[in-house]
Amino acid sequence: MDSTAVDRLVVTGKSSAAEGVAVLELARPDGRRLPDWTPGAHIDVTLANGETRQYSLCGDRWDAHRYRVAVLREVDGRGGSAYVHDELAAGDPVTLGGPRNNFAMVPSARYVFVAGGIGITPLLPMIRQAERVGAEWTLLYGGRRRASMAFLDDLARYGDRVHVVPQDEAGLLPLASWLGEPRTDTVVYCCGPAPLLAAVEQTVATVGWAPHRLRTERFTATEVGAPVRDAPFTVELTRTGTTVTVTPQISVLAAARDAGATTLSSCEKGTCGTCETTVLGGVPDHRDSILADHERAAGDCMFPCVSRSCTDRLVLDL
Amino acid sequence: MTTTPVTSTALPAVAAVDPFSPEVLADPLPFQAALRDAGPVVPLTRYDDLYGMGRYADVHAALVDWQRFCSSAGVGLSNFRREAPWRPPSLLLEADPPHHDAPRRVLAPILGPRALRRLRERWFAVAEEHVDALLAGAGPVLEVDAMPALAEAFPLRVFPDAVGIPREGREHLLPYGDHLFNAFGPPNDLVAKGAPHVAEHAGWVNAQCAREVLSDDGFGAEIWAAADRGDITHDQAPLVVRSLLSAGVDTTVHGLGAVLRAMATHPGAWDRLRADPTLSRVAFEEAIRWESPVQTFFRTAEVDVPVGDTVVPEGAKILMFLGSANHDPRHWDDPDAFDLDRDPSGHVGFGMGLHQCVGQHVARLEAEALLTALAARVARIEVAAEPTRHLNNTMHAFATQPVRLHLAGL
Repeated sequence: MDSTAVDRLVVTGKSSAAEGVAVLELARPDGRRLPDWTPGAHIDVTLANGETRQYSLCGDRWDAHRYRVAVLREVDGRGGSAYVHDELAAGDPVTLGGPRNNFAMVPSARYVFVAGGIGITPLLPMIRQAERVGAEWTLLYGGRRRASMAFLDDLARYGDRVHVVPQDEAGLLPLASWLGEPRTDTVVYCCGPAPLLAAVEQTVATVGWAPHRLRTERFTATEVGAPVRDAPFTVELTRTGTTVTVTPQISVLAAARDAGATTLSSCEKGTCGTCETTVLGGVPDHRDSILADHERAAGDCMFPCVSRSCTDRLVLDL
Repeated sequence: MTTTPVTSTALPAVAAVDPFSPEVLADPLPFQAALRDAGPVVPLTRYDDLYGMGRYADVHAALVDWQRFCSSAGVGLSNFRREAPWRPPSLLLEADPPHHDAPRRVLAPILGPRALRRLRERWFAVAEEHVDALLAGAGPVLEVDAMPALAEAFPLRVFPDAVGIPREGREHLLPYGDHLFNAFGPPNDLVAKGAPHVAEHAGWVNAQCAREVLSDDGFGAEIWAAADRGDITHDQAPLVVRSLLSAGVDTTVHGLGAVLRAMATHPGAWDRLRADPTLSRVAFEEAIRWESPVQTFFRTAEVDVPVGDTVVPEGAKILMFLGSANHDPRHWDDPDAFDLDRDPSGHVGFGMGLHQCVGQHVARLEAEALLTALAARVARIEVAAEPTRHLNNTMHAFATQPVRLHLAGL
């Protein structure tokens, strides 16, 4: 039985995609498959300095052995991006959570993709998918300066479907000219800084697009609650009537089984939902691909095959 | 490990066996043991371009590897790239990413454990009512065929209600599912037997998928609501509803048939389950491993795939023996035994990977409800006569299972 606990990845490559944008390639140390994902998905990455950040996956999901993420150096950030840029190197370990997708691609005959700066990352796999299924699409891609805009070389092959708008050359994205007429055959995907999202939301609302035709992802780093623990924690199993210590080397599921709890599981990757367990106390550290944000926040259940604890003690109905 | 390439002269005897012969369908374990012993993948020469895979590790690895073992060319023997499918392909079972993404994403939470919590109380009450009605007026012992009376009747009562289809016409569901699961196999007598009636059953099933036919509070209505939100298209909605009606009935019937057989033949396990009905979940899971109601699915090699010393060529079909993987002694101790103390986690009876049964939580809830209700009233399930098999190209099923139910407290 696979009782790999903390899901460790290793940095297998680091390169630059633009000024201030580092691209990381991540893989399992033993080369095993990584969890499946869909365009728009992100992963939680916990760095060796203890910081956790969410990054959109921007590689190719037909390659099951490698993730690719792009990291913008945030001048006013909390230090995570500076660490990635200045310290993190090939061979370094990081910890994985997810992947999860709050920005999933829905079927449509036509897409308009609107990217601001590093917000291009989740849209890259969407563009490849739109190509693959033969949908019509357009990309509006804004950034401060051309040199700071990542992946322009990759996007050049799509020709005039891609509209690159560096602000210092051409001003703001011409949203009104692309979104000014509501359409019933189009879905708009927008990812970028808050002012861009607000402008897009206002444009589509003003001209009367159906609300579900705009799908957005805020690219501000979500505050992750308590830091993810690398230290052991204890889990009280109320039905089994015992308490176990969970070290980083073991999953909560494996620890509960070792202590005699009856727990069914199946995928052991946080995707199938078989091992759902009621949380009676403590704060779970959710690492599954199943729960929506509000379900995570409720903290009343967890998937012990991958999820762990933010608190010293968890109490589970096992 | 030998490095000699497998040549046709070196093929093991099992390669020439028809896995869809009545003998193998009725009793697949000897064939599957020979298949596993012959290697990680074995050409099955009764059919063109077909390979069989029976060991747990290889079946598990292939099931999760959707990139190389695709489903969109059909998960039966027929290759949709060369032959027209008999019905419009399923948007879930017979699809690959990216087309598979949106329907799966819509359906998974509708059938997820959190969503099913609202059905739990009702299904437990219906199960109690069903068992009470069955036992009403019986003496201390009721002799009954457990297949129609329990394994079929209970899911046919709760599941179509949960989907939201009308009561009239539900007798089409089992024959439709039976033909669908036969049609994954070769065009043998089992398929021929169902063919004359399939249009009638399929027509009825398809008609139930329309929005105006469905109740406004079932799984079907939720699927249509997802289309209104743009998460799937309105063209996709009826096909996603169809998936529920195709894959959600026969499978659970034979899953329940499996666990009832296990309880009838393992009275000690039944005693323990009666003392602690929470064991019903592990009992059902172990029964799914043990009987593996869904025995097989096919994949198609997207590229040349090396497996052991063999290369499965691009375009070949691979028959994955889920039941064999669930009985592989390389993975399970004493695999042919039903053992309530075993941890059956990781069995591939529901598949694995992207296509893992999206309704597995529904099946578990049905089983938990029915077993809990039986545990309260029935002290002993005794085999009254040996069961008979219902042959199907995909399903391992019972036709009849005569039992004597010994009532508790009498």
